[in-house]
Amino acid sequence: MKPYNNKAWWLVLPVFVLVAFSAIIPMMTVVNYSVQDIFDPSTRYFVGTEWYREILSDPRLHDSLVRQFIYSFCVLAIEIPLGIIVALSMPRRGLGVPVSLILLALPLLVPWNVVGTIWQIIGREDIGLYGSLLNGLGIDYNYASSPRDAWITVLIMDVWHWTSLVALLCYSGLRSIPDVYYQAARIDRASAWAVFRYIQLPKLKNVLLIAVMLRFMDSFMIYTEPFVLTGGGPGTATTFLSQTLTQMALGQFDLGRAAAFSLIYFLIILLVTWVFYTAMTHNDDKG
Amino acid sequence: MAEIRLAQLAHSYQDNPSAPEDYALRRMEHVWEQGGAYALLGPSGCGKSTLLNIMSGLLAPSEGEVLFDGKAVNALSPQQRNIAQVFQFPVVYDTMTVFDNLAFPLRNQGKPKATVEARVREVAAALEIEPLLARKARNLTADEKQKVSMGRGLVRDDVAAILFDEPLTVIDPQLKWRLRRKLKEIHQRFNVTMVYVTHDQLEAATFADKIAVMYGGQIVQFGTPRELFETPRHTFVGYFIGSPGMNLLELEIVAGRAHCHGIELALPEAWHARLAAQEGARLQLGIRPEFVELVPADEATLTGRVDLIQDQGSFKIVDVALTADPTQLVKVRVDEYTSLAEETLGLHLPEAWMRFYANDLLLEISDEAV
Repeated sequence: MKPYNNKAWWLVLPVFVLVAFSAIIPMMTVVNYSVQDIFDPSTRYFVGTEWYREILSDPRLHDSLVRQFIYSFCVLAIEIPLGIIVALSMPRRGLGVPVSLILLALPLLVPWNVVGTIWQIIGREDIGLYGSLLNGLGIDYNYASSPRDAWITVLIMDVWHWTSLVALLCYSGLRSIPDVYYQAARIDRASAWAVFRYIQLPKLKNVLLIAVMLRFMDSFMIYTEPFVLTGGGPGTATTFLSQTLTQMALGQFDLGRAAAFSLIYFLIILLVTWVFYTAMTHNDDKG
Repeated sequence: MAEIRLAQLAHSYQDNPSAPEDYALRRMEHVWEQGGAYALLGPSGCGKSTLLNIMSGLLAPSEGEVLFDGKAVNALSPQQRNIAQVFQFPVVYDTMTVFDNLAFPLRNQGKPKATVEARVREVAAALEIEPLLARKARNLTADEKQKVSMGRGLVRDDVAAILFDEPLTVIDPQLKWRLRRKLKEIHQRFNVTMVYVTHDQLEAATFADKIAVMYGGQIVQFGTPRELFETPRHTFVGYFIGSPGMNLLELEIVAGRAHCHGIELALPEAWHARLAAQEGARLQLGIRPEFVELVPADEATLTGRVDLIQDQGSFKIVDVALTADPTQLVKVRVDEYTSLAEETLGLHLPEAWMRFYANDLLLEISDEAV
C-alpha cells in the first residue's frame, strides 16, 4: 500500500474558508435570527418555530409567492422558446456570426438598474418610444397607474434583458452538432420538425437545463427592475418575493420574521430547481 | 434502383479553379451499373468522399452532371434522389429506440405500419440486432450504433443506390469481417446498387465485384480485383494494391533498347521498339513481388543481396538490394522454407508479368506485334 498523508486538506482549505464566509456563516446567522426574538444583543428570547408558523400564514407572503410563480412561469414560457427560435435562426458561418453574437451579448452587459431606468423612460406614455407609440395606436398604456401594464413592462424588461442568454447557450449547443447528423437526416427524408425534434432538441437538452435553471433562479429573485420602475407598484402589482422580504427586514426591521421568510424562500428555490433537474434528466439512464 | 452515370463530372472547393490541382475531383466519365457491388478505393484525401457526397446529392458538383437512369439529378436533393448513405461514424437518433431509428426513413415516406414493422424486423435480423430493437439508441456501443446506422441505410427497399462511406471504421476486426459478408448477402438478396468507399484493399476486394481505384481526384482504374492485381493501369494502382505493392524499377533507353540498371532486358523486339518510342517520358518496369523468381546468380536478369527479411508467417517478403544500385530494393515473396543462404541472389523477371509504364500510365502492345 502506498503511504499517504493528509496534506491535501490544506489545499482544499481556501475553498472551505471562502465558502464559509460567503455562504455558510451568513446562512447560519439567518437561521439564528429565525428562531429567536432579538431586541438588542443582550435581550433575546428563543421562540422556536413561531416565526415560521406566523410567516407561513402571512397573506403578504402568499400574495407575493403567487405573483412570483406566475411571473417566473411567464419568463420561462417566453424566454426559452424565444431563445431557441433566435438560436435556430442565427447564421452558422460567415460575417453574420460575430455580428449576431455581439448584438446578442449587448443586453447582457447592461446592469439591472440601468435596464430598469431604460424601460422607465421607454415606457413613459408621454415621451417614451414604446409608451407613446402604444398610446398613439390607441392602446391605453400606463405602467405608473395600471397594475397590468406595470406587470407586463417588468416581464418585457426581463425578456429583453435575458433572452440573449438563452439564445447564446442554445447557439453553442447547436454548433456542437456535427454536420453529418443533418446529412443523415436529409438522406432519411426527415422533415424540418423531425430534425428539430430528434437531432437538435436532444443535443440542446443539457444547455436548456442550464438555461431553465438560471432563468428560473434569476427571475425568482428579481428585485432591481420593478424597484426602479415603480418601486413594486402600483399597489403591490410588481412586489415580488425579494421586495416583500426587503420591506420586512429593512423597512420594518422585523428580523425574525424576515429570517424565517428568507429560509423558506431559499428552500422553495432549491426545491423547484431540484424538480426541474430531475424532470429533465430522469430519462437519461433508461433503456 | 438505378444506373448512376457521372458525365464530365468535376468538382472544386475553390471559387475559381484554374490549375488541375485546384480540383478535388478531376473531370471524369464513369458508370455504376444497376445492381452492382462496387468499391471506391483510395488513400485519404483522394476525393472518395467528395465523389460519394456528389452522388448522394449532399454536395453540388461544380462541373458536369450526375445521371440516374439517364436523367440528370444535379438539381435534386438527396430526398428526391431517393438514395441511402451510411457515414463513417455512427449517426443515430439518440432519443429514439433502435426500432424507431430503423423505422424512421420508412415513416418519413409515409409507409403503412405493417410494411414498416416487417421491413424493420427483416433488416434487424440480417444485421443481428433484433435483441436491441427495444433499447434506446443512446445506450448502445459504437459498433451497435454503426449497425443501426447501416440498418437505416438498408431499410428502404426502393432506393436508387446505397452509398457507404467507410462504414466499418469504428468496428473491431472480427466483426468487420462478418459485417462485410452480411452486406454482400444483403446485396445479393435485395439486388440494389451499392458503392462502398474504403481505403482498405482487402475490404474492397471482399465486398465488391468491381473496384474503382481513386488517386489525386481521378478514377485511375476500374476493374475486378484480379485485373487490379495483375494489370494495374497506373503505377499508383500497382503500389496501392497488393501487400507489399508492385516493384517499380526505372528504365532507360540505350541505343534504342530498354535497360534496367545498366542491364538490357530480354524482351521481344516489339517491346524494345514500343519503349524506345516513349523515350523522354519517365519509363518504369513494374512487377509484383509474387512473380519475381529466385534463380542462381549466373542465370539471372538482375542480381542483388538480401537487405531485409520480413517473416509474414506462411511466407516471407525479402528485400533484395540490387548489385547495380544498392539503393534500389526489389521485394520478392518467397515461401517460408526457401533457403536464402547464398551471398548473391539472382532475380528472374518473367516476361508475362512485366508491366511497363510511361509517366505512370500502363503501356500496351497488341499481341500480333509481339
